[in-house]
Amino acid sequence: MKKIEAVIKPFKLDEVKEALSKIGIKGMTISEVKGFGRQKGHTEVYRSAEYKIDFVAKVKIELITTDEIVPQVIETIERVAKTGKIGDGKIFVSPVEEVIRIRTGERGRDAI
Amino acid sequence: MKKIPFLSLLASLFGAGFAFAGEPAAALSKTDSGDTSWLLISAALVMLMTPGLALFYGGMVRTKNVLGTIMQSFIALGVITLQWAFYGYSLAFGPDVGHVIGNLDWAGLRGVGLDPFPDYSATVPHQAFMIFQMMFAVITPALITGAFAERFKFKTYLVFLILWSTFVYDPIAHWVWGTGGWIRNLGGLDFAGGLVVHISSGVSALAAALVVGKRKGYGNGLMPPHNVTMTLLGAGILWFGWFGFNGGSAIASGSLATSAFVVTQFSAASGALSWMIVEWARRGNPTVLGAASGAIAGLATITPASGFVGPISAIVIGLVAGALCYYAINLKNKFGYDDSLDVVGVHGVGSTWGVLATGLFATKVVNSAGNNGLFFGNSSLLGIQALSVISVWVYSFVVTLILLKVLDRTMGLRVSEEHEITGLDTSQHGETGYSF
Repeated sequence: MKKIEAVIKPFKLDEVKEALSKIGIKGMTISEVKGFGRQKGHTEVYRSAEYKIDFVAKVKIELITTDEIVPQVIETIERVAKTGKIGDGKIFVSPVEEVIRIRTGERGRDAI
Repeated sequence: MKKIPFLSLLASLFGAGFAFAGEPAAALSKTDSGDTSWLLISAALVMLMTPGLALFYGGMVRTKNVLGTIMQSFIALGVITLQWAFYGYSLAFGPDVGHVIGNLDWAGLRGVGLDPFPDYSATVPHQAFMIFQMMFAVITPALITGAFAERFKFKTYLVFLILWSTFVYDPIAHWVWGTGGWIRNLGGLDFAGGLVVHISSGVSALAAALVVGKRKGYGNGLMPPHNVTMTLLGAGILWFGWFGFNGGSAIASGSLATSAFVVTQFSAASGALSWMIVEWARRGNPTVLGAASGAIAGLATITPASGFVGPISAIVIGLVAGALCYYAINLKNKFGYDDSLDVVGVHGVGSTWGVLATGLFATKVVNSAGNNGLFFGNSSLLGIQALSVISVWVYSFVVTLILLKVLDRTMGLRVSEEHEITGLDTSQHGETGYSF
């Protein structure tokens, strides 16, 4: 089992969610985050004070999947979330030790 | 034996205003209903400016200090109302002592009744004049709070409110508007409070910023306004209320109130545009905060001139105000003081221009009881205006400095470092502004 985390541009969330749903992903967790990489922030001016805002708003999607489906998920997210401009984001894949469904107590693949 | 003076004080307190209840109809017939209704409405308009100021300031501080900031304005409504009734009105407008202060004959509003009082309110009940003036006394110290935003102890602030009103506002109001006041006698013109409200508070704000010191972390650029929409709401309310502030200062309904109302609008509009345009050119963006600040600058500037100048003069005054105050707020960066919400740059500098501009643009055509300024053939007014400005500057600065030093030594002015970090809302009031 693998955990896939994708940090993407916020306006891409709906498209990514739809595309993942089409390939059989039944659930995900999202959070609103801030971050920066090569995409620079911006400057805001309030009266006599200038503020450099380094962090840019992003959305992080977290999914747990079986190993087989990982390449398909990555390809889908990569394709749909891409704009070609700096700040498109990144995808991280990490191994998962255990998954438990709280309601039923199912474990492993059955819990995904 | 101690009971008797107390009881008679009570009697005079409760009797205030009822002394003339049995007067014959002839005295009451001098009350003009049009004048009275406009003055009462104006008093209500100016009252609304205090919560308006609370929002204007509130939006410009950080989330953790929004309630503390709002409270500093709001609570003035409570404290100064009582101070005014107990003795403030008497000091400001009561019978003159040495041309610098009123006496305490009217303490507890003794003798301040419901008949017109020719010295101040020829056609409206004296109490209407008193309550109108009260709203000015309420908002003026609240203006200063912008200079020490986000770091002042609430307990000390309550004491500061009382002391500042007693030793700065009341005397200056007497000098400029009280019968026998020396600036009034000299012919200094201040229609609605350039000297009394904006310069006094603007300069006191400078003293306060210097004594209180900078906010922790000032200069690291980590404190942008948390809610510019709240600030704009406040600015809109202030603009609206200002029609009462300036228009009501005619103490009558009719042509002078109209003139003051009209020039108020023109100066506000011009100020908003000129600040926005200057900022656009210099910094690259026409900011919403800039437009609001420019409007307030235009309003503070036209205040002393509002009953003496014509509409086109008001446009010029406002256009200068927007640009001038935009540059003035950068003074704090140059001199290194943390006047957090730009009270000095907008009110102090703006209204200084306004009082001097009155010396330029005043014309008896608008108000025959006023004077002519330099551009209308009279060079003496400008000198009188300048003298008034300097006197109010020096007095406000020195007395406020002393007051704050004394309070710092006895009660402490600033919240602790820990409280400044966690914020005024929780540390001073045990509340949170936002629970999302």
